[in-house]
Amino acid sequence: MTMRRFLQGNIACAEGAIAAGCRFFAGYPITPSTEVAEHMAERLPKMGGTFIQMEDEIASIAAVIGASWTGKRAMTATSGPGLSLMMENIGYAAMTETPCVIVDIQRGGPSTGQPTMASQGDMLQARFGSHGDYSIIALSPSGVQEMYEMTVHAFNMADRYRIPVFLMADEIVGHMREPMEVPDSVLIIQRRLLEEEGRKPFEPREDLVPDFPLFGHGHFVHVTGLTHDERGYPSTSNPEVHERLVKRLVQKVEGARREIAMFDVVNPDAEVVFVSYGAPSRSVQQVLHDFPGEGFGHLRLKTPWPFPEWAPGRFENAKTFIFPELNMGQMARELERHVDQPVISVPKLGGALHSPEELAKVAMEER
Amino acid sequence: MNFLEWYRVDRLPSIFCAGCGIGTVINCTLSAVTSMGWRRNDVVFLSGIGCSSRAPGYIRTDSLHTTHGRALAFATGVKLAEPRLNVILFTGDGDLAAIGGNHFIHACRRNIDLTVVCVNNYIYGMTGGQGSPTTPVGARSSTTPYGSTETPFDLSELAMAAGANYVSRWTPYHTKELTAAVKAGLETPGLSFIEVMTQCPTGYGRANRLRDVKEFMEIFRMRSMLKQKADRLLKEGKPVPPDAIVIGEFVRRSRPVMGRRG
Ligand SMILES: Cc1ncc(C[n+]2csc(CCOP(=O)(O)OP(=O)(O)O)c2C)c(N)n1
Ligand code: SF4
Repeated sequence: MTMRRFLQGNIACAEGAIAAGCRFFAGYPITPSTEVAEHMAERLPKMGGTFIQMEDEIASIAAVIGASWTGKRAMTATSGPGLSLMMENIGYAAMTETPCVIVDIQRGGPSTGQPTMASQGDMLQARFGSHGDYSIIALSPSGVQEMYEMTVHAFNMADRYRIPVFLMADEIVGHMREPMEVPDSVLIIQRRLLEEEGRKPFEPREDLVPDFPLFGHGHFVHVTGLTHDERGYPSTSNPEVHERLVKRLVQKVEGARREIAMFDVVNPDAEVVFVSYGAPSRSVQQVLHDFPGEGFGHLRLKTPWPFPEWAPGRFENAKTFIFPELNMGQMARELERHVDQPVISVPKLGGALHSPEELAKVAMEER
Repeated sequence: MNFLEWYRVDRLPSIFCAGCGIGTVINCTLSAVTSMGWRRNDVVFLSGIGCSSRAPGYIRTDSLHTTHGRALAFATGVKLAEPRLNVILFTGDGDLAAIGGNHFIHACRRNIDLTVVCVNNYIYGMTGGQGSPTTPVGARSSTTPYGSTETPFDLSELAMAAGANYVSRWTPYHTKELTAAVKAGLETPGLSFIEVMTQCPTGYGRANRLRDVKEFMEIFRMRSMLKQKADRLLKEGKPVPPDAIVIGEFVRRSRPVMGRRG
């Protein structure tokens, strides 16, 4: 059963989090993400959850990580400047394999940029922003329904792989209002808890993910951002321990790309193929709708990270990929690494979406 | 009291230098914790980055060794998400008052139910002896080679002004009082701040011709002045010697608390 509601994207995100069982939110106000925090502040106390406005974004993600070690599903929401501040602790979450969800309602950067205007300028920062090698999952919703569903999914993926998961939305999707179907219940994939006697707290299973040793349950686990062995003990000058750990942190995500990656394929026979994620997908969908006879294809990435490098191959006749983004071609660079055909990056800066006409024009020239 | 089971003996020897005061601070803290009758399951230790922040790694409870300066923010998450846990932090003067200064005053303002044990050794020990926000005027460090010219923070006064419910300051010379102070901190709801002026023979000592721990202890003994006495002098309009280490209980009160169970 579902219930039809007319919701703002940011509210749908908060509602999705609550449906997913998120009971801890720490954040710091920043446009255009603030509605997520405000809605959590209203909802969580009534459900026995905790909302706290921290002194900054560094503290927000820190509190989220701390809460996660007690077993709570925990999240924060921010925009570019806040995401930049969170980076050191996001690396800490990756290194300590702490499940957490980070919602980024992207706005124009660099710096304070355009607080009220959309962008997709944080796509590379989300993937590579903290120092060292690690891997994360990023989801890109392109409407209110997906703001809800992907937030639920983000919690499941964070728990499944014990990583930070990013909901990479933007001002357009965050502030748009649309009707959506709110389900009665959602699928929940809980983190796998450490229960086996004698098992080391950072000893990976076959899927490279260790069982989670909840605080307060007698595991007496030492959690550190230093390079550590399977007992969790610091081991900072043994090259093999470091290499094994870092490769596992990357591989547990990259090795599961086919399980993780989600994308939509439309018109797989097409020669001219649009690639998109997030809000620009709406413009591409309009182009395909307005020019049904042209046979344009569309690859919509729901999970830009990890990048599904086999997905473009689903378009066997593809001659050109056209990639509209609200940045200077951040994900287009990634696509270029994986295809032989030319990739035409169509950057759009300033906050507006590409118009269907301008995208159609680019596509017509390529036909 | 025997609290050997609270140590990760398989991680010893520790990384601490011979003569370092951190070991004394850990002992006094564990002595206070065990005297509360808590089980290891009831306690979580957190820390930031620095020599002093390595302490939780030697204690056999759940522990979160976090990022430089941020332990109080992580601890806020742990405590609010699971108020049943008794949350104790180890931190250093750099960790707490430089990079973590903002989290420090806000944790005190919220008066969240945590106990913070600060090893104030006047210096950045871990990175090799650079100046910190508590380096005394005139003291040398690798980044104040001509003597520090900046006015240092008084961390206990800062904690008190920011709203902590319990504040006291001692030194490793005063182990009984320090243990009692940590216990009082654990017993007092709200944020408890215990500052321990501590010797760092390697960093601070080397730069200031104080390599001998006995000399440090002599300073802690001779220059320490009880808070009551310092307050009395001030009241009488008499000067407190500038190099006095004011020790004792600064405050114990019952402002509203965040994160207390039930
Ligand atoms: C973000 C960041 N900046 C700098 C450092 C380097 N660093 C490690 S420990 C430390 C200072 C520690 O001093 P203090 O907190 O006084 O602890 P002590 O070692 O004296 O116990 C610094 C600057 C770091 N680890 N992280
Ligand atoms: S450098 Fe100083 S604070 Fe660090 S372990 Fe050595 S004596 Fe202790």
